[in-house]
Amino acid sequence: MADFLIGFGLPGWLAWLIAALVAAVLILNIIAGGALAFIWAERKIAARIQDRLGPTRTGGRFGWLQSLADGIKLLAKEDLMPDGADGLLFRLAPYVSFCASFCAFIALPFAFDVVGQRLNVGVFFVVAVLGLEVFGVILAGYASASKWSLFGAMREAAQVVSYEVPLGMCVVVPVMLAGTMDLVTIGEKQAGWFTSWYLFHDPFTFVIFWIYVTCAVASVNRAPFDLAEAESELVAGFHTEYSGLRWSFFFMAEYGSMFLVSALAAVLFLGGWNGPIPLATLAGLSEGTGDSAAYFVRLLGLANLIGKATLGVLFMMWIRWTLPRLRIDQVMTTCLKYCTPIAAVMFAGAMLWQLLLPAGLFPGWRRPAGEIREGWLEGPGGSAVGHGASVGAVAPTGDGVLATRSPR
Amino acid sequence: MTGGLAMGTFDVGSTMMLDTLLPMAAAGQWPPLALPSGAFALAAVNWHSVLFLLFAALTCGFAVAVVAADNVVRMALYLVFSLGSAAGLFFLAGAEFIGAMQLMIYVGGTLVLLVFGVMLTAQAPFVSIKPSSSDRTLAAVAGASLLALLLTAVFSVDAWRGPGAGVVPAPSATPLGMALVGVRVDDAPAGSPVTGRSGYMLPFEIVSVHLLVVLVGAAYLARAKRRKTPRAIDAVASSEPLDRVAAQVRAPGSPSQAPGAANRTAGGSSSALVGGGR
Amino acid sequence: MDMPACHGVLVPVLALNPFTDPIGVIHYLVVGAVLFTAGVACMTLKRNALGVLMGIELVLNGANMNFVAFSSPYLRADGAPTLGLDGQVIALFVILLAAAEAAVALAITLNFYNNHATVDVDRADDLKG
Repeated sequence: MADFLIGFGLPGWLAWLIAALVAAVLILNIIAGGALAFIWAERKIAARIQDRLGPTRTGGRFGWLQSLADGIKLLAKEDLMPDGADGLLFRLAPYVSFCASFCAFIALPFAFDVVGQRLNVGVFFVVAVLGLEVFGVILAGYASASKWSLFGAMREAAQVVSYEVPLGMCVVVPVMLAGTMDLVTIGEKQAGWFTSWYLFHDPFTFVIFWIYVTCAVASVNRAPFDLAEAESELVAGFHTEYSGLRWSFFFMAEYGSMFLVSALAAVLFLGGWNGPIPLATLAGLSEGTGDSAAYFVRLLGLANLIGKATLGVLFMMWIRWTLPRLRIDQVMTTCLKYCTPIAAVMFAGAMLWQLLLPAGLFPGWRRPAGEIREGWLEGPGGSAVGHGASVGAVAPTGDGVLATRSPR
Repeated sequence: MTGGLAMGTFDVGSTMMLDTLLPMAAAGQWPPLALPSGAFALAAVNWHSVLFLLFAALTCGFAVAVVAADNVVRMALYLVFSLGSAAGLFFLAGAEFIGAMQLMIYVGGTLVLLVFGVMLTAQAPFVSIKPSSSDRTLAAVAGASLLALLLTAVFSVDAWRGPGAGVVPAPSATPLGMALVGVRVDDAPAGSPVTGRSGYMLPFEIVSVHLLVVLVGAAYLARAKRRKTPRAIDAVASSEPLDRVAAQVRAPGSPSQAPGAANRTAGGSSSALVGGGR
Repeated sequence: MDMPACHGVLVPVLALNPFTDPIGVIHYLVVGAVLFTAGVACMTLKRNALGVLMGIELVLNGANMNFVAFSSPYLRADGAPTLGLDGQVIALFVILLAAAEAAVALAITLNFYNNHATVDVDRADDLKG
């Protein structure tokens, strides 16, 4: 975009500033607009699952404007703060939570090279920033000067931090399959028909995807893992004392995180912006052919990714209103006794699959024959390290990477 | 992948600046040795420098705030912001993996642990423990002299004073990963006399075992213990005067602890997590 | 780059137009020095054991800042030697070991709190005299 603006004669630095601001505002609108849409969707889905209708009056038969009405109501509410609360921390907590959720969108690609900042360590960055949301929660719980808020906050923090471990292990599997942590490259490698998605790469990755779903739902504190905001036990957990606009920031952060982990699942496992049928390639278009065609392809990719992420969010809503809530000890048991060992075993399995069957079960059908790993540089002596320059599947044994180059 | 700075859309700006600045630097005209006479000429704003100054101000400011704050919870919050801004500085220096690592492990792990500890021990008397004025003077003198010493050392080497390079190919995390497995694939830094560099497999394994040992040790140290004599914290929670508490704790075999005190303790066990709703 | 030595320490900083000049190693070193000093002051000043722990974290981060600054090819003029990958790996290990040390220090602090009902380090004088 900076190039586009410079074409208008703007100086370079101003173009960069405007481009950055546009990207930031776009992401902010995605989160806010998404939250608006998802709140309405949640109420409708909850209603239908519970065999009732949901909002039907505001804005026509389907209650389209219900979210807007909710927003206006929240804006008009009185801004309360408990008497013994630490003022600075109380006011700061929602913004810390929201910032963590927002910052993670910087590295998320929405289409090929439509990304706020293309980081080489994209996956790592997103998972790291997601883990920072817990600070907002802890601050909110502490600053509310209420025992129940503090307990809710501590439970939620313990849960989020515990589930980061299996989440990290689940996320490493697509990284291993792609050979890079760059989210754009991971999405690129899943181009083609839906069979090239990592979800269908091998059975281990398939299981890892479902473990990822479990850990992601636990990470964003959605039911059945939402005991931190359990209405029947803790009033509202850490955000009990928050009202009006401050509370809505927490909600935006929660829906933003839900969208983020769904979009991350889409990029890592479900092909990212590549649709199940490669329409653009079949039509002969690609990102390289002329401006308008490239924009159309990117738009298609954008629609694909947002569609998949939305499906993920709807899935989370579905299981929220279907499954009963877990107790804290059940949450911890699921994490430590089930998710982590299964993720570790599946990771080992995926690693062995990659080593022994790198081209898949049916060579030539699923994976391209030539696989050049990004970043396998040439050594100073000029000879290729590992198989960086070779075309063809990685040879399984005896010719491994470490054997071709001595450490000294 | 245009080979620009790892700042995405900043490529064009930096290229433009490079065309003008590097020849001037080569000719010795840049940076100027005296203050520029024409105030802040915004002919070209180097966003890298602006962002660096922003993050550096945040880091240093919040670090000083940690020292200056009395409330331990606020100290923890300021430390979180300071280390988060330090991660931003790491990103700006091109060490993307280290920046992400700082965010995930330091801020997202170590500081969460610290904040948990603060929450567990932040009972009313201990939230703000003010040091005496003589301690403050001592700390001020020690801090000022140390800062003067460090700054003198920092400014003493001429080779470190020059401006940066500007445009460098975007870094990749693969050489770092390969180095940790024991294989060095990166080129030796330009001008470096180093030959025959080793991988880091042994330190990697040692640190893995070290972390395991620390995990077991810390879990053992902080375990919930079954006690016959009342703990000082239980007696405090039962709101007895502190002298009698100390006497009770030092004399083993004293009367049993208050039955409800166990629910009110907030340290060392997972009762804060589990027992809250009971 | 011959800057007259008699201009003292502030010339490189003042002569730099903060909006246009690229950042060099020295700026990172100054930040590292400030972090280190803040950490030492924190360790000296705080009576809360967790405050002392925070000082330790600041010190380690100051050192990390230096390592990352010396390893970065961005911050040097072309052709200048840097630590390269070694600096980043050292910074990585420092982060890991700081996490381990913080865990143990926190466990000790909690143990102390359980036994003495306080986190004030000035009250840890049972072995005195």
